[in-house]
Amino acid sequence: MTEEDKILEEVTGAEYKYGFTTDVESDTIPKGLNEDVIRLISKKKEEPQWLLEHRLKAFESWKKMEEPDWANIKYKKPNYQDIIYYAAPKQKKELKSLDELDPEMKKTFDKLGISLDEQKKLAGVAVDFVMDSVSVATSFKDKLGELGIIFCSISEAVKEHPELVKKYLGTVVPTTDNFFSALNSAVFTDGSFCYIPKGVRCPMELSTYFRINQAGTGQFERTLVIADEGSYVSYLEGCTAPMRDENQLHAAVVELIAMNDAEIKYSTVQNWYPGDANGVGGVFNFVTKRGLCHKRSKISWTQVETGSAVTWKYPSCILKGDDSIGEFYSVAVTNNYQQADTGTKMIHLGKNSKSTIISKGICAGKSEGSYRGLVKIQKSAENARNFSQCDSLLMGDKCGSHTFPYIEVKNKSAKIEHEATTSKIGEDQIFYCNQRGIGTEEAIALIVNGYCKDVLNQLPMEFAVEAQKLLAISLEGSVG
Amino acid sequence: MKLKDKLIQAYKDGATRGLSFEAEREKYIQQLEEMGFPTIKDEEWKYTNLLPILKNDYQLSESLSEVTAQSLEEYILTDTDTHLVVFVNGQYSEELSSVDDEHACICSLAEAEVKKPEILKKYWGSCLPENPDSLVALNSALSNNGTFIYVPKNKVIENPIQIVYITNDVSADLFLQTRNLIVVEENAQAQITERHQNFDGKEVFTNALTEINAAANSIVDFYKIQNDKRSCTLIDNTWVNQEKTSNCTVDTFSFGGKFIRNNLSFLLNGEYAESNMRGITLIGQNQLVDHHTLVDHAVPNCQSNELYKGIFDDNAKGVFNGKVMVRPDSQKTNAFQSNNNLLLTDSASIDTKPQLEIYADDVACSHGCTIGQLDDEALFYLRSRGIPFKEAQAMLMYAFANDVLSNVKIPELKEKLNRIIAEKLGVELNIEV
Repeated sequence: MTEEDKILEEVTGAEYKYGFTTDVESDTIPKGLNEDVIRLISKKKEEPQWLLEHRLKAFESWKKMEEPDWANIKYKKPNYQDIIYYAAPKQKKELKSLDELDPEMKKTFDKLGISLDEQKKLAGVAVDFVMDSVSVATSFKDKLGELGIIFCSISEAVKEHPELVKKYLGTVVPTTDNFFSALNSAVFTDGSFCYIPKGVRCPMELSTYFRINQAGTGQFERTLVIADEGSYVSYLEGCTAPMRDENQLHAAVVELIAMNDAEIKYSTVQNWYPGDANGVGGVFNFVTKRGLCHKRSKISWTQVETGSAVTWKYPSCILKGDDSIGEFYSVAVTNNYQQADTGTKMIHLGKNSKSTIISKGICAGKSEGSYRGLVKIQKSAENARNFSQCDSLLMGDKCGSHTFPYIEVKNKSAKIEHEATTSKIGEDQIFYCNQRGIGTEEAIALIVNGYCKDVLNQLPMEFAVEAQKLLAISLEGSVG
Repeated sequence: MKLKDKLIQAYKDGATRGLSFEAEREKYIQQLEEMGFPTIKDEEWKYTNLLPILKNDYQLSESLSEVTAQSLEEYILTDTDTHLVVFVNGQYSEELSSVDDEHACICSLAEAEVKKPEILKKYWGSCLPENPDSLVALNSALSNNGTFIYVPKNKVIENPIQIVYITNDVSADLFLQTRNLIVVEENAQAQITERHQNFDGKEVFTNALTEINAAANSIVDFYKIQNDKRSCTLIDNTWVNQEKTSNCTVDTFSFGGKFIRNNLSFLLNGEYAESNMRGITLIGQNQLVDHHTLVDHAVPNCQSNELYKGIFDDNAKGVFNGKVMVRPDSQKTNAFQSNNNLLLTDSASIDTKPQLEIYADDVACSHGCTIGQLDDEALFYLRSRGIPFKEAQAMLMYAFANDVLSNVKIPELKEKLNRIIAEKLGVELNIEV
């Protein structure tokens, strides 16, 4: 059976296939947000004083901020006092090996197709699994340890490598950056931490899997990746949440730091629950992602966004060092009543810095997709180069597609190119496929895959396959 | 007194008393009072700060002053037979204007109240949105004269119509509200040029508004020549309503002035209409030119083309914001937009934001935007053939802008623009037009 057939087969049956809850007893704290809750979270996580202060400072600035409303999205603003800010799967003792893991939780892993054992070892992926914002298991830790690579949950890093966390946490995304990042800085419960030492090329893909499980919880994870001089790492992130008819909030912060000559490749497949066909429920995905590039370093963001009721996400690169490179590859699919306002920011400060933006939007049903991006060339950025391309594909006459590219140039040697197109799948293209015996639905999957190829090619192999299937599932029933 | 209060006071003191549209003016002045002037916190004014302009202590009107026909010659087309409408310090100059209105009604708005009251009543303010921005509201409330052009059905106005707003011998800094109302009926055609020109080097701030109504099958070409003295500020609001199969072009050539803001809005209200917007911006020193365009595709099967070229020297600042809106069910829309810029120095800057908002699926919309500098290899090629650096540079820049220039349909105007460009580039260009 070909890949295309497989997609089609899944397409015909699929609703949201990751919609199950895991019956694990969870340790939650009361709803609401105040200083005591933050102190409680900090205490539960046995954090040092400086981190508590960091949280409280963020909370102080959050209280003064207003929820942004400039994005082209409409949603009922969450009541921030009606959210449970800490929900950890209850576990009494620390785990030595995977066998000790709660059998219920293990089943979750299997259902997700992420078995932490044999399969993944063969695939060579080290996984950090974050459920309801607390990291539950990290595989391959010892093997990575031999190379000096630190890959663990951020709470573990706070305990074991406080000097690294203290030095870099909040340096790329300051606590006062925006409403959601301030909230995250105040209440984040867990996330992943990764440090690649000088000159080390990480031999395997590092991966984190996020999942919101508990009802009424928000997920606030924090990821910090530091690639020291001359190192390389490829990092994957996957997200799912069960079906619920309330709107769950996900406000994550990701910080990447690429030192001189380092390279970070950060890939995301986001498949949070998008709500049902009538627009009820779904996850609000308000994420702040930013990377800092030092000299001759490179940060590459790749994202496949198929889920979430509302997405508000702009992975950015600050190209501070000379000769640094920033890349952004994105596929954003919206269907039914989904809304996505996503794009990137490329801030050029260093000489000869380069950036590439490829954004592919696909809108179906009654959804709205927007690309919003900023390319900023500062005076210091001699010979900066940018190429941006944002294409939108419209399927159906009830959806909307928008582009808001901002370009600000303050240096004459800059070369900036930007182009955007909006169109639908050509009748002649479909006719061509039909005429050769390919059904309309299949033809569309084929054309969409071709349209997204530039981005999907950037994903690591296993992810690319998953992403292709996700695309097909998301667009199911949108034909005609 | 702050400028806003001063304007409202002037209204209350009866600056427009006795003129038509009293009820409308009342509504507009209230809107101005509520909104105030835009600041950089408004998304539409993010890159253009109006505040320094508003600080001056402007007087709001000035009496007619003596201007000779000779001194005007430099600024108008002289070799072509044209209709000429001249205003001096905001007042219609009978002496300088020469209009032959055999086929059309070309006069001042004040005269139109007598000559064509029903047309004036029907179209005045008809292109404006329900809740306009404060500058449109200000003009609508306080403008007391301007140009009226009415071309009846099936008439083709062969000779171009030139509109010139002169300011001369002004006693203090002046703030003017000029207004044009252009109505071109079915199957009719007109070519119009507009220019704001100061003679005495005083600070003149003009808040101009033009309404263009293009009925079915009509063709309207409107050329704006913005090459005023360096002391002058211009905010130019243009609102166009197009009916089916009409064709309307607005070309903007910005070379002079201290601060220019162009707000250009097209509403495509009938099927198979075509809109063209083009512009050349060639500025240096501390000049600022801001182009904001909006094309609203409200019905299916329309086409819009946008092409803006900018060259920025010294500390000049350029802003471009091109918004294309495709309403639900406006199928088969074609909308193209292109904005190309050359930055010649590190202290010049350009902020550009093309914007597409699309609610229909069977459309072909695209926008492209580039920022760069002259191709080194092309420069080298020319220099290796004995062309000095400066001339080579000018030739390439001229070629860069020529896509826009080549569309100008009045030969003398094209020549004139060529001369201005050559002068701005500091070279003699002998390029056949």
